[in-house]
Amino acid sequence: MLQIDNFVYASSLDHAYNVLISTPGSVILGGCGYLKLGDRTLATAIDLSKLKLDYITETVATIEVGAMTSFRALETGTLTGSLWNGVIRSALENIVGVQFRATVTVGGTISGRYPFSDLITTLLALDAELYFHKRGLVKLNNYLQDKPAKDILEKIILPKDRRLAAYRSIRKTRTDYAVLNCAVAQTDDGYRIVVGSRPGRAARSESAEQHLNNHGLNDKTISEAGRLAANSLKFGDNPRGSSLYRQSICPVLVRRALQEVMHAA
Amino acid sequence: MQLETRINGLAVTLDFRAGEFLSQTLRRYGYLSVKQGCDTGSCGLCTIWLNGCPVLSCSTLTARVGQQHITTIEGVQKEAESFANFMVAEGAEQCGFCAPGFTMTVLAMKRELQSPTEAAINHYLAGNLCRCSGYKGQMRAIKKFMGLY
Repeated sequence: MLQIDNFVYASSLDHAYNVLISTPGSVILGGCGYLKLGDRTLATAIDLSKLKLDYITETVATIEVGAMTSFRALETGTLTGSLWNGVIRSALENIVGVQFRATVTVGGTISGRYPFSDLITTLLALDAELYFHKRGLVKLNNYLQDKPAKDILEKIILPKDRRLAAYRSIRKTRTDYAVLNCAVAQTDDGYRIVVGSRPGRAARSESAEQHLNNHGLNDKTISEAGRLAANSLKFGDNPRGSSLYRQSICPVLVRRALQEVMHAA
Repeated sequence: MQLETRINGLAVTLDFRAGEFLSQTLRRYGYLSVKQGCDTGSCGLCTIWLNGCPVLSCSTLTARVGQQHITTIEGVQKEAESFANFMVAEGAEQCGFCAPGFTMTVLAMKRELQSPTEAAINHYLAGNLCRCSGYKGQMRAIKKFMGLY
C-alpha cells in the first residue's frame, strides 16, 4: 500500500523544484501506475497535475510532449500516433489496457528510467531530447547513462522528421511486460538500433547501426545487424526470461523491425 | 485530505488519506460497483470514467480528482442495463464480478470507436479480465449492442 505523509500540490514548476531540493525524501509523482505496486512510504509527494503539463504541441521542427501527458494521449494523438511510421502507437498499444494507458504518464516513465519501458526504447530510436526545469535540454541517451539528479522533467522534444521507424517486442501474453523490445529507425544521418528490457535499460547497438550505415538495408544486412546487436549488447536474467533466450531472440526482433522499415520505404 | 468533486453528476466532498487510490475511496463512499480484482493494475475491474475517459480507479490517486467528473456504473444505469440484456441473451455473464468495470469500458468504447473491427474491439478491451468465460459470448453481445451485425 502506498503511504504518503505529506502531499504537495505544486503551484508552479519553481515551487515543485524548491520543495524537491529542500525536502529530504520528496518524490515527484507521475501517473503512479508503477508506484502503486509497491509498499512505499513517501515522506513528501509532489503533484504536478495542476501545472497543465498534459499537452502535445508542434513547432516548425519539433513535437513537444508535456511530462504529464498520458500514454493513451500519445498513442491516439494525431501527430504522435501517426508520425515516424506510427512507431509510438505500435510501441504503446499493448501495454496492459486502454484504462491503464490513460493514467500512465510520459514523465513518470522516463524519470523512472524503467528498464522494461517500451516507450524509452522507442524514444531512443527517435533521438528524443528531454527538457528539465533546472538542467534544461538533455539528450535521452545521455540521461539514461547519467547518475540520477534531483530535477523535474517538464517535456520531451521529438524531431518532426520523416524518419521511418518500427517497433517489435516479445511478450508472454499480449499485454504483459516485454521480455525483450526493440525499436529501429532510418534517418537522414543514419540508422538507430535500440534494444530494451534486456532486462537492463534500453541501449543502442553502435556496431549494428554502423553496419547499416555502411551497407544500407537489404535482406543480408538486416540479418547481420540483428546478429551484431545480439553480440554487442549485454543481456541478463529475470523471471521473464534468461539472458541466453534474450540474446537468441534479439536478432529476430531487430531483423523484423528493419524489415518493416525496408518495406515502408 | 479533503476535496470536492462530482460523482455521477452530484457534487460530493471526499475525505481520504493522501496515498489513497480512487477505487478504495469510492468503495468507502458506497460505490460498491467498483471492484478490485488484482491489486496490480491489470484486471480492469475497477474501471470508472474520469471526465468521460475510462481509467483504472485503482491506479488513480484520489488527491487528483478534485473538481473533475467521475462516472461509475451507477451513473449510467439505463445504458448499462441495455448492454446487460445483450450479455444475458448471449449467456456471456457468469459470476458477474467483472461486469461493472467491463461494462464501463464497453460503453466508453462505443462512444470512442466508429464501426470497430473485431481486432479493434479486442484491442480496446484488452486488460479487462474475466475468469469465468472465454470472451466469445461477450464479443457476440458487444457486436449486437453496437449494431455491428
